[in-house]
Amino acid sequence: MLTLPKKELITFLIFAVVVLSMPVWLIPFGASYPGLLQTFAIFGLFAVGFNILFGLTGYLSFGHAAFLGVGSYTAVWSFKLFTMNPIPAIIFAIIISGVFALLIGFISLRRSGIYFSILTLAFAQMSYNLAYSVLTPVTNGETGLALTMQDPRIIDLAFSERGEALPQVALFGLNMAGYGGFYFAAIILILGYFVAQKIAISPFGMMLKGIKSNQNRMGYTGLNTKPYTLAAFVISGMYAGLAGGLLAVTDPLAGAERMQWTASGEIVLMVVLGGIGTIFGPVLGAWIIKYFANIFSAINENILHNMFSFLPASVQDFLVPLLALFVGEGWELTMGLMFVLVVVFLPGGLMEGYRRIAVRISAMSSKETKSVDKPAQTDKQAGGE
Amino acid sequence: MSDQKKGVSRRKVIKTGAAGIIGAGVAPMVFTRGAWAQEFRNNPTGSEVTFGLNVPQTGAYADEGADELRAYELAVKHINGEGDGGMLNTMQPLSLQGNGINGKKLAYVTGDTQTKSDAARDSARRMIERDGAIMITGGSSSGVAVAVQSLCQEMGIIFMAGLTHSNDTTGKDKRRYGFRHFFNTHMSGAALAPVLSAEYGNERKAYHLTADYNWGWSQEGSLIDSTEALGWETTAAVRTPLGAGDFSQYITPVLNSGADVLILNHYGRDMVNSLTQAVQFGLRDRQQNGKNFEIVVPLFSRLMAQGAGENIKGILGSTNWNWSLQDAGSQAFVKSFGAEYGFPPSQAAHTCYVQALLYADACQRAGTFYPPEVIRALEGFKFDGMGNGPTEYRAEDHQCFKDVLVVRGNQNPTSEFDLLEVIQEVPRAQVEYDAAIFGGELGPYEVS
Amino acid sequence: MDAILVQFLNGLDKGGAYALIALGLTLVFGTLGVVNFAHGALFMLGSFCAVAFRKLLLLERIELSETELSPWGTALEIRTPYVNEIFGAYGDVLIDWSVPISILVAIPIMLLIGIAMERGLIKHFYKRPHAEQILVTFGLAIVLGEIIKTIFGANPIPQPMPEVLRGTADIGVLFGMAENAVTYPWWRMIYFLFSLSLIGAVFAFLRFTTFGMVVRAGMADREMVGLLGVDIDRRFTIVFGIAAVVAGLAGVMYTPILPPVNTLGMDFLVLSFVVVVVGGMGSLPGAVAAGFLLGILQSFASLPEVKAIIPGIDQVIIYLVAVVILLVRPRGLLGKSGVMEN
Repeated sequence: MLTLPKKELITFLIFAVVVLSMPVWLIPFGASYPGLLQTFAIFGLFAVGFNILFGLTGYLSFGHAAFLGVGSYTAVWSFKLFTMNPIPAIIFAIIISGVFALLIGFISLRRSGIYFSILTLAFAQMSYNLAYSVLTPVTNGETGLALTMQDPRIIDLAFSERGEALPQVALFGLNMAGYGGFYFAAIILILGYFVAQKIAISPFGMMLKGIKSNQNRMGYTGLNTKPYTLAAFVISGMYAGLAGGLLAVTDPLAGAERMQWTASGEIVLMVVLGGIGTIFGPVLGAWIIKYFANIFSAINENILHNMFSFLPASVQDFLVPLLALFVGEGWELTMGLMFVLVVVFLPGGLMEGYRRIAVRISAMSSKETKSVDKPAQTDKQAGGE
Repeated sequence: MSDQKKGVSRRKVIKTGAAGIIGAGVAPMVFTRGAWAQEFRNNPTGSEVTFGLNVPQTGAYADEGADELRAYELAVKHINGEGDGGMLNTMQPLSLQGNGINGKKLAYVTGDTQTKSDAARDSARRMIERDGAIMITGGSSSGVAVAVQSLCQEMGIIFMAGLTHSNDTTGKDKRRYGFRHFFNTHMSGAALAPVLSAEYGNERKAYHLTADYNWGWSQEGSLIDSTEALGWETTAAVRTPLGAGDFSQYITPVLNSGADVLILNHYGRDMVNSLTQAVQFGLRDRQQNGKNFEIVVPLFSRLMAQGAGENIKGILGSTNWNWSLQDAGSQAFVKSFGAEYGFPPSQAAHTCYVQALLYADACQRAGTFYPPEVIRALEGFKFDGMGNGPTEYRAEDHQCFKDVLVVRGNQNPTSEFDLLEVIQEVPRAQVEYDAAIFGGELGPYEVS
Repeated sequence: MDAILVQFLNGLDKGGAYALIALGLTLVFGTLGVVNFAHGALFMLGSFCAVAFRKLLLLERIELSETELSPWGTALEIRTPYVNEIFGAYGDVLIDWSVPISILVAIPIMLLIGIAMERGLIKHFYKRPHAEQILVTFGLAIVLGEIIKTIFGANPIPQPMPEVLRGTADIGVLFGMAENAVTYPWWRMIYFLFSLSLIGAVFAFLRFTTFGMVVRAGMADREMVGLLGVDIDRRFTIVFGIAAVVAGLAGVMYTPILPPVNTLGMDFLVLSFVVVVVGGMGSLPGAVAAGFLLGILQSFASLPEVKAIIPGIDQVIIYLVAVVILLVRPRGLLGKSGVMEN
């Protein structure tokens, strides 16, 4: 049950080390602070879950952010109604988003291809629009669902007095706002990664891959594929709900914009950027997109001037305004360019790029060029004139 | 400005190499501001103190955010004693001495709220946790203001709100660590009512189109209260989805509703679109109940007026501040902003500039950056010479009370910025209200 | 009755815009097999053709006054529009009619943009997975939006319609109603007629020209047409150019209704996909029918009377209709089987 084949086990162990040591190796990137570390862990988990549906079955959901939002709302309600302990919150988040995913999946999976995508998009947009407006009593609309002094918190208040300040989410005394929250989310990410690995190599995972490569042929064998795809949909919806719950655990506020189509689109971009179908690729894609959004937007002309202070003033005056177009208020431009460049030059995403480099290095060392041929050709085709 | 953050030496930049380029400008702060050495979060121990400027740089309010950022950069200069000093020459009472704050030079870091609560909180957390910001300020929507304000309360960092107009910011959702200089929907309603009565009479039937989210409801409620007190009737209040784009299907029912005033509780692009389209549907050419049909836009800004173009002409609304004001404080600010950037500042720029100065001044007065002391210095602080007449930061809800401007879209603008004509400066006494009516609790001074 | 009539007009007008945007999208999809997330950006670029043209007309010679100061303390600028210097009083007419005239400007520009996009980027993605097409076109849409933001800012830029076309027409009288019972802006009626003629032109082009025949054949069976020795690639490039022109013109004519802004493309993106899918992927008549259907339903769902019965219905109607139609008709209104289903 808890074993992995040797190759997967090694990947898993490396992944665990990489994740847990993020506070250290992200220092030179300026990304080692609790807020972003938590984001990395949580969106990594979201991407791992999304890949179980998209990467394994090929069904492209354009509405997964809805489950993220449902998970967040559920977790905050759990804080408000019961206790500030994160464990019940994330359990509720998984259950409720799972139910939600079951309903939406059951309907949406009656169609395939882009019709499926639009159905999921429609459900997510309906959830977003309603959460923003008429469902305000449940979601607190635009302002977002937050804790208040008047929350019942029946479990907590049975054991302690109501404090003067708003309570904080804590796992048996460990505060979830700072590094505590990161390690909590990181451990769940590692567990989620393990589960995804298990799924990928299980007979169930094989079945899903079969559906991806040819659903019709699977159908001809007399097998009903829908229970498998629905299971994959619900599992990935639960991952999303768990990620949403963790967002609320590390920062107890749930807003409707988490469910907007742009958020659903973002997770698709993360997975495609990193590499569809690989398990680590989506996580990498999530990290890179979140890194860009947080760090590139923070760079302003001052910081650029400091970075290039070793250059002569005239070069600086030319370079800084030019680069300023791509950072600060222009960070989205950089992001857009990156999407275009990655997909043009690295079909298959970043993991494909990594694989090619690995192949090339091993080819160089063994002087064997055969294995390089194929990727080199696709490279040429993709790059065009 | 390029002499800020001298900590980044040339050698360091080269050493960290390609991978570190992104972090190089800011990474040293991670080492210098260890959490263990301070009695409160981000206590500035070096020779600098850092503000976190959290403004929308992408999305619908990017231009407003850019203007806020300009104002902040100007404020930082003035506080550090550079430039012509702007409102430091007019602010009364003034503790700042033009040498930074408490002897420390003022620096700043910036971030993008994207006008989304999550992004705004992410960005604020970066500035607090990584860059060591002592204070967070800025923003262009109430949703973001409330979200960031509650985060700042949890983190024990003071938040000086930028443009936020909903009553909730200093009402239901007020926080001990959050302060708002901008006015709110209640004040807009209170200021507009007498002018509406004088211009349009007391027997009117109003139809509201309201952006379907908290701020819209807040404004709709305030306007209904104040106009019904005049004797107006509310024919209908219809909610429109945020970002509807084409509002025709909401505007046409107004035509045959019997209403003779349309109140647009929209902001930003929603307002630009709905006003443009309402004018196209001929609402302003109509006669209804024997009166001219009128449109009212309770919250105006110059950027919105620019977007709506000619359609804004003659339309009544309220605004926090306008650059055409002739008092010494406004003039000083407009002059130094104009000299720096070549055009006059917006109301968003004004409120942000004032907020930065007020916070800096409070720290100087308190003689410390310790938040509870700075909060006490701001609470109940009375000041003048910052563009809105005598102003008070009310202690009960951290809302500034000051005169409110009622404006009209300029019929004959002399420049592309001369779009709003101030027709009345409604005195503070007329817009004041009891802090208790909106509820909410400020919370504690000390944060664990 | 009058309320129903006017909402119907609103629906037609809205539907015209939806149909125009969806038409190009489904054309590109049907012929090239590309899911183009940058299609909304083409609509946005079209609207900025109008903005740029107007800016060009309004270019002024700026002289700094040596004596007078502006109210914000810098030297006063004295402005003289070049267009008046060149055309005299006709310059004002040009400025007044800038939006309709920019159609002429937008056609070549959008055609070039479309061809450049297809040749430079899209054509490498014909055989790539749809997910990668989405990533690359989405990235392109962001880049285009950001470029426009850098040039024109993020604030909407008003584009007034010609003076004589402002104001409203009394439609109600035509239906025997009282005077002023139903009035409707001239410009919106022009937009509706414009969208109908543009749709008609595209259909006629595809139906009655050899070029159109080849393209339609290519939509049905691309490989077969290729085998027949027809240079299908070059034709597909032109199809992409046409789609760009249609989207761009839809954008130009929409500017008086919706002052253009750099995020316009993203605002219309989701909606246009919903319209296309409800109509049936790759079906041109389907896209048009779905555009008008959704426009009309959205208008009626926004009536206060309807909202009173079902709160928030106007927020979700488009998506609700999409779900219902896709469940009842698996491939949308007029879609063919086997298209984009795997």
